[in-house]
Amino acid sequence: MTAHDLWVLSPVMAMAGVAIFMICADLVVNNKRLLAYMGFAALAVPLFFSLNLWFGWVGDFSAGPALFDSIIADRFALFFHFLLIGVTGGVILASIRYVDQLPEFRGEFFALVLLSVTGMMLLVSARELISIYVSLELTALPVAALAAIKRDGRSVEAGLKFLVLSAVSTAVMLYGIAFIYGYTGSTHLETILARLAEIPAADGQPFGSYAVLFAIVMIIAGFGFKMAAVPWQMWVPDVYQGSPTPVAAFLSVASKASAFAVLLRVMYTAFGADSLTQDWSSLFAILAALSMLVGSLLALAQTNVKRLLGYSTIAQGGYILAGVAAVAANTETGAQGAGPQGVMYYLAGYAFTNLAVFFAIIAISNRTGSEMISGLNGMGRRSPVLAVLLTVGILSLLGVPPTVGFMSKVVVFSAAVNSGLLWLAVLGMLTTVVSAYYYLKIVRAMFFEDAEDDSPVRADPPLLFATGVAAAGVAVFGVAPWLILHLAEKALTILPSAAGA
Amino acid sequence: MFSGLLTATVFLPALAAVLIALLLRRDSHVRWTAIAATVATFILSIIVFVGYDSAAGGVQMVDLYQDWIPIDALRAQYLLGVDGLSAPLVLLTGLLGMSAALASWRIQLRVKEYFFWLLLLQAAVMGVFLSLDLLLFFIFFEFELIPMYMLISIWGTGRPRYSAMKFVLFTLAGGAFMLVGILALFLSPTVNTLAMVSIPEAGIVGIPDLIAGADLIAPAALIFSFFLVAFAIKLPLWPLHNWLPDAHTDAPTAVSVMLAGVLLKMGGYGLIRINVGMFQETSGFTVADAAGILAVIAAVSVIYGAIVTIRQTDMKRLIAFSSVSHMGFVMLGISAVAGAGGTMASGGLNGAALQMFTHGTITGLAFLMVGLTYDRAHTRYIPHLGGLWRKMPLIAIFFFIAGFGSLGLPGLSGFASEIMIFLGTFPVWGWATGVAAFGVVLAAGYTLWMIQRTFFGPGPAEGGMSLEQYEKLEDANWVDMIPVVALAAPILIVGVWPSVIVDVFKVGIEATLRS
Repeated sequence: MTAHDLWVLSPVMAMAGVAIFMICADLVVNNKRLLAYMGFAALAVPLFFSLNLWFGWVGDFSAGPALFDSIIADRFALFFHFLLIGVTGGVILASIRYVDQLPEFRGEFFALVLLSVTGMMLLVSARELISIYVSLELTALPVAALAAIKRDGRSVEAGLKFLVLSAVSTAVMLYGIAFIYGYTGSTHLETILARLAEIPAADGQPFGSYAVLFAIVMIIAGFGFKMAAVPWQMWVPDVYQGSPTPVAAFLSVASKASAFAVLLRVMYTAFGADSLTQDWSSLFAILAALSMLVGSLLALAQTNVKRLLGYSTIAQGGYILAGVAAVAANTETGAQGAGPQGVMYYLAGYAFTNLAVFFAIIAISNRTGSEMISGLNGMGRRSPVLAVLLTVGILSLLGVPPTVGFMSKVVVFSAAVNSGLLWLAVLGMLTTVVSAYYYLKIVRAMFFEDAEDDSPVRADPPLLFATGVAAAGVAVFGVAPWLILHLAEKALTILPSAAGA
Repeated sequence: MFSGLLTATVFLPALAAVLIALLLRRDSHVRWTAIAATVATFILSIIVFVGYDSAAGGVQMVDLYQDWIPIDALRAQYLLGVDGLSAPLVLLTGLLGMSAALASWRIQLRVKEYFFWLLLLQAAVMGVFLSLDLLLFFIFFEFELIPMYMLISIWGTGRPRYSAMKFVLFTLAGGAFMLVGILALFLSPTVNTLAMVSIPEAGIVGIPDLIAGADLIAPAALIFSFFLVAFAIKLPLWPLHNWLPDAHTDAPTAVSVMLAGVLLKMGGYGLIRINVGMFQETSGFTVADAAGILAVIAAVSVIYGAIVTIRQTDMKRLIAFSSVSHMGFVMLGISAVAGAGGTMASGGLNGAALQMFTHGTITGLAFLMVGLTYDRAHTRYIPHLGGLWRKMPLIAIFFFIAGFGSLGLPGLSGFASEIMIFLGTFPVWGWATGVAAFGVVLAAGYTLWMIQRTFFGPGPAEGGMSLEQYEKLEDANWVDMIPVVALAAPILIVGVWPSVIVDVFKVGIEATLRS
């Protein structure tokens, strides 16, 4: 291990350090709120190392990969480091009061979140299939523990479901990796790209060979579980409903973002050859269409807010997948697909949006104890500030201008139309119309229904602060989308086939 | 280029809304602030209308900020501008925004929120008419949903939540098609801009100039129909009119005024600006190819709307359905764009544009008068009313003005616009015009019959209000009369002097037609 390796790994190691620090500090610090604030403050360390790599302030830094070519800290990875660190900070702030419900595990809760983030940061940096597999497991195990941390029936069910299905999905993925290794003799993404180009394609077989087709489908299945894409979405509503709300928020944002990040990297690096992209583009287009349809239609009948958000996250995953599918260049103008840029913008915007929604729900259910939509009744008067922040988030999920949710849908669908997927854009817009019905149910409950109990609801300051920051992000990045789009543009220059975007 | 006048016209009501939400506590302060803001916006809209130099033509008073979204994948700019087509509609929006705020004087429920949404609504509509960038246009077009949803749901009557949701779903569905249409236009080869018109002074080349004769990314007919669906829902045209009667009937008075007066015009404006303005020289398909179908839809809308209107027993629902019929006339005028012998003709379009303006004032006034009647009689059920004339003559007089304007009495503005539509369309689609002209006869029928049943007769009808209640009815007072007079004046003025509006519209329509 060289000094260069250490610098490339520095953000990940710093995050792991923060997690270990939290476990140790838990033994000596009795004031658990203080502990949470210490964890929040300690996030500055991994953030500093990530910024350092982006700007190249100090240390032995070059874009080159480390650890036998398996890890890289390029701008694509750093973009997601920033996103993940921000999400973690928000989740920690939002959990400070929530963990009072878990008296035995207040310290462990934060440590588990931080360990999972460590896995995600490693995941977005990995450029080798076995490393990807290992970091996926590191991501999933703490989350399974977090889901079960309430130790009641639903929570344990959620944890177990997540653990088993996650294990199955990664096993399936490992099987796909084995096929790729057998076919190309390598697990490094760039070597795979080169080897696939050397092997002549068999006529009439998708991806040039049924072996590659099989492997790609298996690998997508592994990621599909994390992305909550149909048909690997079954766990989502149960796990969201059963696990603690901050964990559901964390899952829906961080887990999703890192899965999409690694998906982009694998697809655009290992399978980025022009002959392959057309095939997997249509594969993703179908997955996107299914996710939009299933997510939106099943959400219609939900009465539990967290379950509803579970289905909503499936539908949102479909919109992001439309961006992944938008890889083909415009056949008329030759303009490169803007899909990856759109996906990154969508993920960042979705992080702000979904965190605003989840945090507001945490604040309200901390007080009311209800997670049903009817529990939100009368919030417009009981807690005007939270109600407005939640409405901003909901409108962004629905995609009403001028929120970031609207802009990201426009960017993603624009990329889809550019790649000749007009039908997918139309379908996406139509499912958006359907989604208005269930998203507005939440707004309706808050502003039009009367509550039995009219006492005011107050959020504790750190949670309110986190909610406000998230909602402000929704507004700011909706009106000024270029702030993120420029970052994404810079970050994407490293993906070979997206370089033109 | 940034003169700032149009930006102020759009965002002044929004600014007042934010001010009301954050700073004001007392209801009376809220009311006065809202009224002051709408009056100021009305004055700004007069300045825009009068300041528009129709001799010079083109797009004027441009506000441009090019770097709004400067990435290649979505090159949107902040572009506001006014031309002959939008100037009268801006004036109409200013006038109706002020009237709606004044007519809301008596709102008691959640006053602060009410005016917050009402002002945002006005800002959104103003933005639709003034933005000349397709994405910006779409943002304003969609943003109007939220205020409308809130206004109908909270302050509505009847089944407000059902109606509000129906409104949202219809509009969102239309918006969905429009957004895909916008993206398809933008991503077509040779286009790569979202500017809706060319502005030589600002160095902007618009879509109409760029897609002439070029291949689009999708068949032109498909993109055209995406926009057509979006605007036909908004206008609304048969068979997509279903949301309108519910939304109108259940909305509070001032919101009905805004809805009928300006929100429907967003559909007509979009049809002329985009469907007519951009699809004249597209290869494979032009608006002239669709004109025959448009004429049929228009004639069906006129007749179907009128027949359904006759059957209505709720005064507000009756006027709502009459809007379907009247908006059919707008479409009829637009269908005349194909012209006799295949050349582009402006006659019908001028009439359609004027019809949008006159319908805004006439129907706005009609909803205002129904609102005043309902406030006093507490019912809008026509068989339960009668003899109102004797108890409230002022309301009756202005109701007649609205009614006569609506049925096209010469001397009132409705006549001017309808005759222009018929004269412009007859040479092109003679049979459709003939069928639609029968709609005027039906309009006379339903309007006069309603007025006769509600305002004349001996007194309250069977099963309606008691004699005692009837005796207590009061006429409108001067506070109620301010918005009423403000809306009645343009009906009379445009009726005898149509050219004050038409001459401006003509400039815009001529610029829209490319040959």
